[in-house]
Amino acid sequence: MADPLIELVDVSKSYYRDSLEIPVLQNISMTVPEGEFLALMGPSGSGKTTLLNLIAGIDRPTRGILRVAGTELGRLSESELARWRSRTIGFIFQFYNLLPVLTALENVELPLLLTPLSKKDRREHAAVALELVGLADRVDHYPKQLSGGQEQRVAIARAIVTDPTLLLADEPTGDLDRTSAEEIMNLLGRLNAEFRKTILIVTHDPRAAERARKVIHLDKGAFA
Amino acid sequence: MELFRLIFKNALRHPLRSVLTVLGIAIAISAFGLIRTVIGAWYSGVEASAPNRLITRNAVSLGFPLPISYREAIRGIPGVADVSYANWFGGIYIDEKHSQFPQFAVDPATWFELYPEFHLPPEQETAFKQQRNAAVVGRKLAERFNWKVGDTIQMRGMIFPGNWEFVIRGIYTGAQKSTDETQFHFHYQYLDEKLRQTEPWRAGNVGWYVVKVQDPKQAAEVADEIDRRFKNSLAETLTETEKAFILGFISMSETILVALRIISMVIIGVILLVLSNTMAMTARERLSEYAVLKTLGFGARHLVFLIVGESLLIALAGGVLGILITYPAAHGFERAMGDAMGAIFPAFDVAPVTQLICGLMAVGVGLAASLFPTWRAVQVRIVDGLRRVG
Repeated sequence: MADPLIELVDVSKSYYRDSLEIPVLQNISMTVPEGEFLALMGPSGSGKTTLLNLIAGIDRPTRGILRVAGTELGRLSESELARWRSRTIGFIFQFYNLLPVLTALENVELPLLLTPLSKKDRREHAAVALELVGLADRVDHYPKQLSGGQEQRVAIARAIVTDPTLLLADEPTGDLDRTSAEEIMNLLGRLNAEFRKTILIVTHDPRAAERARKVIHLDKGAFA
Repeated sequence: MELFRLIFKNALRHPLRSVLTVLGIAIAISAFGLIRTVIGAWYSGVEASAPNRLITRNAVSLGFPLPISYREAIRGIPGVADVSYANWFGGIYIDEKHSQFPQFAVDPATWFELYPEFHLPPEQETAFKQQRNAAVVGRKLAERFNWKVGDTIQMRGMIFPGNWEFVIRGIYTGAQKSTDETQFHFHYQYLDEKLRQTEPWRAGNVGWYVVKVQDPKQAAEVADEIDRRFKNSLAETLTETEKAFILGFISMSETILVALRIISMVIIGVILLVLSNTMAMTARERLSEYAVLKTLGFGARHLVFLIVGESLLIALAGGVLGILITYPAAHGFERAMGDAMGAIFPAFDVAPVTQLICGLMAVGVGLAASLFPTWRAVQVRIVDGLRRVG
């Protein structure tokens, strides 16, 4: 059996307010194979976003071992972690988090600035990514000129433009109407089915979770 | 799209805020440049001083004269190449308001040899030497009163009473920008001869000697020797380099100069506050964007580049605009000062070094203003920047 893409062994995460420890995740162990489409569900404060952040390498566990795409994240320095993220992770935020001063094409091109690609190649890659999400005719539009669904599709294009190993989405449909939410989930489903992208989403929306192949419930920092 | 482009786009994200910040910096840099120019003009005489010239005056004060007989004694001191002399005239041309320019009774035979920075056409120098009541004036002074060679002018003596008539026989130009082109020179003999008739007890004296030394390295020794020679005489001397002599005058205005320097530093502090405020607001507003950039894999150096670049861009835009404004501001200052300008500041120009200092100040302010926002953006944890804890 192939190594799992994501492996967590007794991972715990606590936040501290002064000397008071606030546990968020407790002794989480799980594996996610490559090509999986996994939905993490749970009530607010259950620790699902924290778990997503740990897997994305934008936060560090208090205890335990976290291995993603063959790399043990606890051993990486901040700068090594940043480089690792740029190569391995595509992150989709609930509120899109596009830079308002950049066009759709420029937003998608942004992660490619960290690669050795030429300007021409970067533009081509970004255009292909936008075409893939159905926004080939919106390349020169600024975020404020796009609908919420279109903005999220630009954010997805930005997440996939570097061809990352793992796509992580935090409430990707949380700020969208039902139609737009369905379009986004269709798109993620297509990325998983056609392009074999491993996808992990955090969601409150049962309809969005239905599109995943597997659903895990978290409650009070542990699997329910 | 390069990060440079993102810097430009970020700088223009709030156009009104950026424009007001740039204008604030520009006005402050311009005020700083103008004050620097005023201070520089104050010291222009020091810049124009020659290392091989000494000034010998009465040890009591410049108000007391020295006998003309000292000239030959000074000339005989080893290391002295040449000696000239002058007297402050203090005449009134038209009225007191129009008389604020330096007037010297000088030795026509030697004066322009000791001051080679006064460029006088040879035929005009010859004409000056040949006529007892001839005068040579600086270019700026001639322009101020619209004097031409051959014009006759009248002055009323205040230190040396009577009406004095002069014929302009030459107009000199300065070798450098810092050379004083506002001086009025006429024959010492013209003054002395009239004194012998009207106030004979005041004749035969000069205000000071100008001593040219053979080797500037020997200036201190020659000065000591001159003063030693006249020790215990009726008129003891004080000899110093021309630079020290001029600095002695400037020291009388030291309080004003210190105040101006303090004001110029306060101005820089104000710019720093203005830009720091803008950059602090910028960083606070964009913390979530910096967190997104970090999530995408951008490191601390990229954030430093973006924030410092934006701060420098705004500061430099203000700096360049400020330097450009300094020229019309200096011109306006000159116009506002009117006739008094030439008397107070013989040379008043925005010097290249002032532009350089203004530019460096803008860069320094740009860097300093970006320090805290950069530190904050680099330090903030991604999860805190995104303000989302599930």
